Amino acid sequence: MYKNFFRYLISAIFLLGFSVNSNADFKVGFVYVGPTGDHGWTFQHHEGRNAVEAAGIKTTFVESVPEGADAERVIRQLAQSGHDLIFTTSFGYMDPTNKVAKDFPNVKFEHATGYKREHSNVSTYSARFYEGRTLLGHIAGKMTKTNTIGYIASFPIPEVIRGINAMTLAAQKVNPNIKTKIVWVFTWYDPGKEAEAAQALIDQGADVIMQHTDSTAPVQTAEKAGVWSFGQASDMQRFAPKSILTSIIDDWAPYYVERAIAARDGTWNQQDTWHGLKEGMVAMGPYNSAMGADLVKEVEQLQKDLASGKVHSFTGPIYDQKGNILVAEGKVADDGMLAGMNVYVKGVEGDIPK
Amino acid sequence: MSLDISFIGILIGSIMASSVPLILAASGELITERSGVLNLGVEGMMIIGAISGFALMVITDNLFIAIVGSMLSGVIISLIFGFLTQSLLTNHVATGLALTIFGIGLSAMLGKNFVGIPGKEFPILFSSLRESIPFFGPILFGHSIVLYFAFALPFLTNYFLKKTKLGLVVRAVGDSPVSASNQGINVILVRYCCILYGGAMCGLAGAYLSLIYTPQWIENMTAGRGWIALALVVFATWSPIKVLIGALIFGGITILQLHMQAIGFRIPVQFLSALPYLMTIIVLVVISRDSRKIKLNTPTSLGRIFYKEK
Repeated sequence: MYKNFFRYLISAIFLLGFSVNSNADFKVGFVYVGPTGDHGWTFQHHEGRNAVEAAGIKTTFVESVPEGADAERVIRQLAQSGHDLIFTTSFGYMDPTNKVAKDFPNVKFEHATGYKREHSNVSTYSARFYEGRTLLGHIAGKMTKTNTIGYIASFPIPEVIRGINAMTLAAQKVNPNIKTKIVWVFTWYDPGKEAEAAQALIDQGADVIMQHTDSTAPVQTAEKAGVWSFGQASDMQRFAPKSILTSIIDDWAPYYVERAIAARDGTWNQQDTWHGLKEGMVAMGPYNSAMGADLVKEVEQLQKDLASGKVHSFTGPIYDQKGNILVAEGKVADDGMLAGMNVYVKGVEGDIPK
Repeated sequence: MSLDISFIGILIGSIMASSVPLILAASGELITERSGVLNLGVEGMMIIGAISGFALMVITDNLFIAIVGSMLSGVIISLIFGFLTQSLLTNHVATGLALTIFGIGLSAMLGKNFVGIPGKEFPILFSSLRESIPFFGPILFGHSIVLYFAFALPFLTNYFLKKTKLGLVVRAVGDSPVSASNQGINVILVRYCCILYGGAMCGLAGAYLSLIYTPQWIENMTAGRGWIALALVVFATWSPIKVLIGALIFGGITILQLHMQAIGFRIPVQFLSALPYLMTIIVLVVISRDSRKIKLNTPTSLGRIFYKEK
């Protein structure tokens, strides 16, 4: 009897809370996988959040949220505490986001780099980072002396595999002898492990290091060893001024501002956004002068062609490791195929961990 | 893949570099445990050492102050543990766990303003010899002073425990504090000293990570290495030399599994990632089978609270 009474009381308080909140200011929540000071992935999302704040919209963020059960708790907490729009900014938040979205139909959710939109209040968005990887591949193919490119990979998801493939295809085009060596570290963020992986690749003869992890440890290791590297997610140049050839920069700010304003004004609708160099969601850091003027010019031209659509990162013929055709000659890979990519192209060594 | 002799030298060099924090922290904890005190706060003391060292480096721009400061910070935080367990007679296990949780939280708070600042290059010794001598060059030369200290430490510890009078005192206190006390040894004072020494070594281990190995500060950057150091002490049956062997095996297989991936061995990556833990335990269990020797090295009153009746 009393138990029930308390239950009603608690739900009444909750309902009251909600009604108060819905009248209160419009609020946007952000969930980050790393600390805002990682100078990589999370740092850039945080810059996007700052832009939303600058546009006069209230925001909150929670950093270093592990992918998994904790993520659901944090997302639910944000939804309960009156946030109207929630950005969940890592692939592993995909299922938790959809789960919470089901229970909060009035809250809008935006999940980065995922593909599940199980409820009408979930949108997904991502950037065509692979266009950046194509540029890195082109540069790496020209710069390597050992014909070995070292790649530090995080988790075997389509996003990461797409990057490996795009890079390898572009490098092969300028240097048919290229080899891509991959080390999986199974983390987005562990400087010690990332540094050890970079060192292992360098010891194995790689003279260009590329990372799909978030800390600056690999570029610092490359700088120390005197090999080339590329910044990931943000401009990491000041961490390794000699070694970094360029960085792939994620610019989420315009998208975040646009979506936050749309949600506030009631014009938000579900969508799947995939922007690239053309829209500016993917940008390139300054090119290192060590590349030489000719190569810089070449890469800048390629960057323009990728942006205009004249060149596509995945233009046929593309074969998988066994030699089966993936994309026919003269065709380009469609977005569906890119989104679900789970095989290596020919020329990549090793197997994808299952 | 090139398996030539100079490559193996480079490989051993990186393995040594990755084992340093484990050797330092485990050697410090070993002394603490040999005096009969079980301090589970290794991870917490390491992370405090990491942030203190990095912060001092940024503020003073002096690496010497940073290193000494990190050891001092380890001493200060272990003093809390010492006061609680030795003077207030709290439970060792619970207090140690609390120390770890406290250390991780405090370091995150202190470190807020130091995230994303590039570290300073730590001077390495004999870098020219490293390049000029094949194989032995990368093993023996081109390391930081802390690495040389770390590799000397297990031998010094061994000598201290076995050959010096003070070492005998520490062992006596760890084995039978009551008899030691009856002999006129100030058990509490000895244990305090051992706790503070352990704290200093853990602080230094943390500073090695944030100043030398990956020169930057990020939250939780010790990433569980303190727990591995703790386990090493037990599996090495409180023998300093076996601690060194265990740390090298752990560091070695961690690095080797990354190399095996880069080479393209067709072994599931998940299995490779678990390998360092498995191999370290197996090897240490095998080399420490002699139960008589285990008894000789095990501090019999480990973790037990001692107080002198007045």
